[in-house]
Amino acid sequence: MQDSGISILFKGVNFQRLMSGLWVTLRIALITIGLSVVLGLAFGLLMLSRRKALRAVCRAWLEIVRFMPQLVLLYLVYFGFARLFGWDLDGETSAVIVFTFWGTAEMGDLVRGAVSSIPLHQRESAAALGLTPLQAYRHVLIPQTVRRLLPQAINLSTRIIKTTALVKMINVTEVLKVGQQIIGQFYRLREAPFWVYLTIFILYFLICWPISALAGRLEKRWA
Amino acid sequence: MSTILQVRQIRKAFEHNPVLRDVSLELDEGQVLVVVGPSGCGKSTLLRCINGLEQIDGGEILLRGEVISGRRKNLHLVRQKIGMVFQSYDLFPHMRVMDNLMLGPVKALGKPKEQAREEALRMLARVGLADKAGVYPRTLSGGQRQRVALVRAMLMQPEILLLDEITAALDPEMVSEVLNVVLDLARDGMTMVIVTHEMRFAEAVADQVVFLEDGCVVERNPPEIFFHRPETDRAKHFLQSFDYAPRKRAAPPDTNTGEIQCAP
Repeated sequence: MQDSGISILFKGVNFQRLMSGLWVTLRIALITIGLSVVLGLAFGLLMLSRRKALRAVCRAWLEIVRFMPQLVLLYLVYFGFARLFGWDLDGETSAVIVFTFWGTAEMGDLVRGAVSSIPLHQRESAAALGLTPLQAYRHVLIPQTVRRLLPQAINLSTRIIKTTALVKMINVTEVLKVGQQIIGQFYRLREAPFWVYLTIFILYFLICWPISALAGRLEKRWA
Repeated sequence: MSTILQVRQIRKAFEHNPVLRDVSLELDEGQVLVVVGPSGCGKSTLLRCINGLEQIDGGEILLRGEVISGRRKNLHLVRQKIGMVFQSYDLFPHMRVMDNLMLGPVKALGKPKEQAREEALRMLARVGLADKAGVYPRTLSGGQRQRVALVRAMLMQPEILLLDEITAALDPEMVSEVLNVVLDLARDGMTMVIVTHEMRFAEAVADQVVFLEDGCVVERNPPEIFFHRPETDRAKHFLQSFDYAPRKRAAPPDTNTGEIQCAP
């Protein structure tokens, strides 16, 4: 049979390869998101610290991370540090380190924003009602913070998932890399890149769209 | 009638700016004390000191003979006895009206949920909001929110209720629906300290009026006297600025430009 169109994706184990590439993408994203949420909560509280110097350091971290293209950070860690210090760092670990470095800063800023957006008189109303400080946090302050934080944190997750496409550049065989290998396999076929990239496009869409829709719904419900 | 609240010569300063200077008050059970005075005279600060939102720098505050000022531990136990409603709509936006109302009684007082719900419904009906139990505060008008806030404070069965300019942020047409609730509570014998700029309401509700200026109690009188025959010139000026006091003759210009002295 003549190789054509979308059928190249189902030749041999191509589809399984694509799926295992996708799994690598998701694995990096999920570990990064998990670490960023935990560390970001802590980072956010540091950003709210009363110590000016501490806040300044946090601010500097956030700005640096925002200025720096992710790809440069990936190269710096994977090629730069690994070779300089003789670390045995594989691409996936480097990616998790870099993305967590970034995700923690972004998540921290979201936490900072959500906490400081709760008006002071919410705290005072809870106190005036006779709640203990702990009860005020539990029933009044934390629920409101979470409602403001969650939609934005979910949006950050989709950004992290999208950004994982970069790890192909440090030799991680994720979904994009697998796609390129499949294209290489059918290099004579003019339409191969179109079908492969379209498929990857759809895969990213299928993952990110429901997440983003969830964030939108939560945002609406809690507005 | 027994004295419920005693404020003895309290002082409070914010960064060396004195806000309250030796303010003393007494309030009997079932009485309504209205505090009036120009903006920035310390009225709100006085209320915030009474329920411990601000720490006082000197003097003492007693509730039923027990000193409640100066403590930092277990302040919530004191605040359970002192209800407070603020100017800003302070309902919890993430909870429905009923959850707002039940939070205090259930969590702070440990009441059974069913009992708390029944009491809340009864009280909501009393302020004309029985149909709003299941909605979120953002769907209510300002006047409705303040009525719910009053109900929320009352459900804690406080010994005394502090109202801090609760109609100041309302559109004019909503003021009376809130003040009517307060008048109703007063008739029921609720002990209250009320800070307000609504002079007609103050006259109607007060047993005692305290006029505060620059952190000092300038005049203290029953409303019949304060609003119609104020004893101090400062109170006259103040009332005239509200177009309230009888204007039989033009008041002399205020020549007192030095530091304001507290009334003897």
